[in-house]
Amino acid sequence: MALRQCAIYGKGGIGKSTTTQNLVAALAESGKKVMIVGCDPKADSTRLILHAKAQNSVMELAAEAGSVEDLELEDVLSVGYGGIKCVESGGPEPGVGCAGRGVITAINFLEEEGAYDDALDFVFYDVLGDVVCGGFAMPIRENKAQEIYIVCSGEMMAMYAANNICKGIVKYANSGSVRLAGLICNSRQTDREDELIIALAEKLGSQMIHFIPRANAVQHAEIRRMTVIEFDPTHKQADEYRSLAKKIVDNKNFVIPTPITMDELEELLMEFGIMEVEDTTIIGKKASELAVA
Amino acid sequence: MQKADDIKPCYPLFRQDEYKESLGNKKDNFEEGHDAAKVLETFKWTTTMEYRELNFKREALTVNPAKACQPLGAVLCALGFEKTLPYVHGSQGCVAYFRTYFNRHFREPISCVSDSMTEDAAVFGGQKNMIDGLENAIALYKPEMIAVSTTCMAEVIGDDLNAFILNTKKAGNIPDEFPVPFAHTPSFVGSHVTGWDGMFEGVMRCFTVNSMEGKVIGSNGKLNIVPGFETYLGNYRVIHRMLDEMGVAHTMLSDPTEVLDTPADGQFRMYAGGTTQAEVKDAPNAIDTLMLQPLQLDKTRKYVEGTWKHSAPKINIPMGLEWTDEFLMKVSELTGKPIPASLAKERGRFVDMMTDSHTWLHGKKISLYGDPDFVMGMTKFLTELGIEPLHVLCNNGSKKWTKAMQKMLDETPYGKNTQLFAGADLWHFRSLVLTEKPDFMIGNSYAKFIQRDTLALGKEFEVPLIRIGFPIFDRHHLHRSTTLGYEGAMQMLTTLTNAVLERLDEETRGMGTTDYNHDLVR
Repeated sequence: MALRQCAIYGKGGIGKSTTTQNLVAALAESGKKVMIVGCDPKADSTRLILHAKAQNSVMELAAEAGSVEDLELEDVLSVGYGGIKCVESGGPEPGVGCAGRGVITAINFLEEEGAYDDALDFVFYDVLGDVVCGGFAMPIRENKAQEIYIVCSGEMMAMYAANNICKGIVKYANSGSVRLAGLICNSRQTDREDELIIALAEKLGSQMIHFIPRANAVQHAEIRRMTVIEFDPTHKQADEYRSLAKKIVDNKNFVIPTPITMDELEELLMEFGIMEVEDTTIIGKKASELAVA
Repeated sequence: MQKADDIKPCYPLFRQDEYKESLGNKKDNFEEGHDAAKVLETFKWTTTMEYRELNFKREALTVNPAKACQPLGAVLCALGFEKTLPYVHGSQGCVAYFRTYFNRHFREPISCVSDSMTEDAAVFGGQKNMIDGLENAIALYKPEMIAVSTTCMAEVIGDDLNAFILNTKKAGNIPDEFPVPFAHTPSFVGSHVTGWDGMFEGVMRCFTVNSMEGKVIGSNGKLNIVPGFETYLGNYRVIHRMLDEMGVAHTMLSDPTEVLDTPADGQFRMYAGGTTQAEVKDAPNAIDTLMLQPLQLDKTRKYVEGTWKHSAPKINIPMGLEWTDEFLMKVSELTGKPIPASLAKERGRFVDMMTDSHTWLHGKKISLYGDPDFVMGMTKFLTELGIEPLHVLCNNGSKKWTKAMQKMLDETPYGKNTQLFAGADLWHFRSLVLTEKPDFMIGNSYAKFIQRDTLALGKEFEVPLIRIGFPIFDRHHLHRSTTLGYEGAMQMLTTLTNAVLERLDEETRGMGTTDYNHDLVR
């Protein structure tokens, strides 16, 4: 099987890292050779696989050694549960420096050092929040990730972010082979959440590849710095991640997304009753004025 | 004051009393500097072993790094291809720097454009600059290829050259089939030699990566030569000549000798000579590929081995006697062509020159710096002449370089006292030659300031500079000379020997003191 490279995007705090690690653990359990590349200065994309607080990141080690040229692959690559290879790009503290450049440097380093060997089946890039600058689009440049999965939920801002990410993908999809491969709904237990995300995915020209229900087991495992797959393989939540993994292995639905306008998104939310129909008479009116009326 | 009928240049003009007085007043009344005694005391302190030790503990600062940035190398590489316009995606000032740097060294106009990214491009990304820039560059300068590299600005914001170029074509601003090879060349890693390597790989990839089908190694009967970042025009020419004498058909992949050495005949040549696109497309069909500067061509090697499936035999830079022998024997082995009598004779002449001069060179101590392959070849050459390299410094040298150098030095008695300094800069080099005096130093023009400092300590401390390297801004036409092959070795031997004799004459010119040795015959 040829190496498949996938990038996971989604709104901050939506559960990208948790979902990615559980998914990757399920893939590893089924015998796939997988690598995770964390593209987030927080460097928390591999902790559940490595049972560690935070892995030493490429940028951290490069800063220590003086230059990224002084690093060796084994310095930055750790192997965790199921033989999963883990790398964190890392980056600066909030408020200083340039995290996007860190992602570029780290991925270039991995390529030059031959981290993408023939034995691998999958590489997953776990990418920070929105596509905020060119650096965070590095994983979807030509010859890197060709499948993008967006983690979202039925909350308005998560859907808004998903739509924005699709706008970013279009820019790269037109000149390269990167495609949207599906939305992963990480449930927040909002009303008619699955239908809503299926409807959004349809408008984007894609699919909801899987609906992951909310389960405390994920948190229980996370406190122990483990994935559900490893912590409690018999739990039904583990099966959810297994079925997501299987769907991704079999996935053939790769599209150039058709992002929608803000108006269309609002219409969709109104249709599902998440947003009230806009009452234009109240805009700009203070409480005191409204009371008089 | 200047007189209209006797205009003087700044030297000696400013040595006239009125200027001395004026400059003295400025210093005394406005500059608020330390007094001369304090300045002298501090200067003396910077020449001590104590200062050298502190200097080598320096962590956060580089003073005159003895290397240039990646896109400079990418531009030189691009200049070596026929009708190719080097195009730098990024800020304008960087590109002005590349042009002037080459202007001053080659004394030729350098055609190189920038898409002048400004504040808004830093925020929104440089795609719009690229779309307009490529279209304008083709319309104005009519190139047949545009080779794109980047400045740090474009790299920090993460501009994706591949996507931008494809989008420019898709939008119809430039024709689909127009070749636009590219290389990401951030200057916060590597040096100009890395940039050359990256751009070269980009050009080869552009013309061959999707057309490997039907390519048969050896089918064109030629040998590919990859020069790497090479600024001695004579070196391109000598390699051509030696291979021609051997009857070996070959392609010099990137050959800027014409465009960097155009005649003054009233016609401006924006493009001249260079490796053709047809030659690049045909390169995978060659017998093999030889890289003349192996320590700086990692990406190229990977591509040539991986995509072209060439064995790309490992050779050393063909500098000096043994490594020129090695180069010619490798060419002979690959092509089956014998080394002709003409080259054997040339070699014999060089060996004759070595024996003529060895009494003057034997045991001389020389400190040198420069690019990894250059200093490696030069060190090898010096030991062949019986010269003892004292300090060898290479700012862009890696651990690999240090290891290769040490191995080579261990094999010769002349190398047993040689000290290696990878990653160090010219301020370190200054400390080295001030505290452990060599007879001469070899380097680019920048070391003239080190020579001045050594002289300031006293004539007996002066370390004369022999200018071999890049850039050379303060002497003319040295870029046309040769350092590779027997021919290059002859030229360098001549330069070194005469520098020794020149210095000896200077020291023995003392009337009635040292002139007992001011000999006519040396």
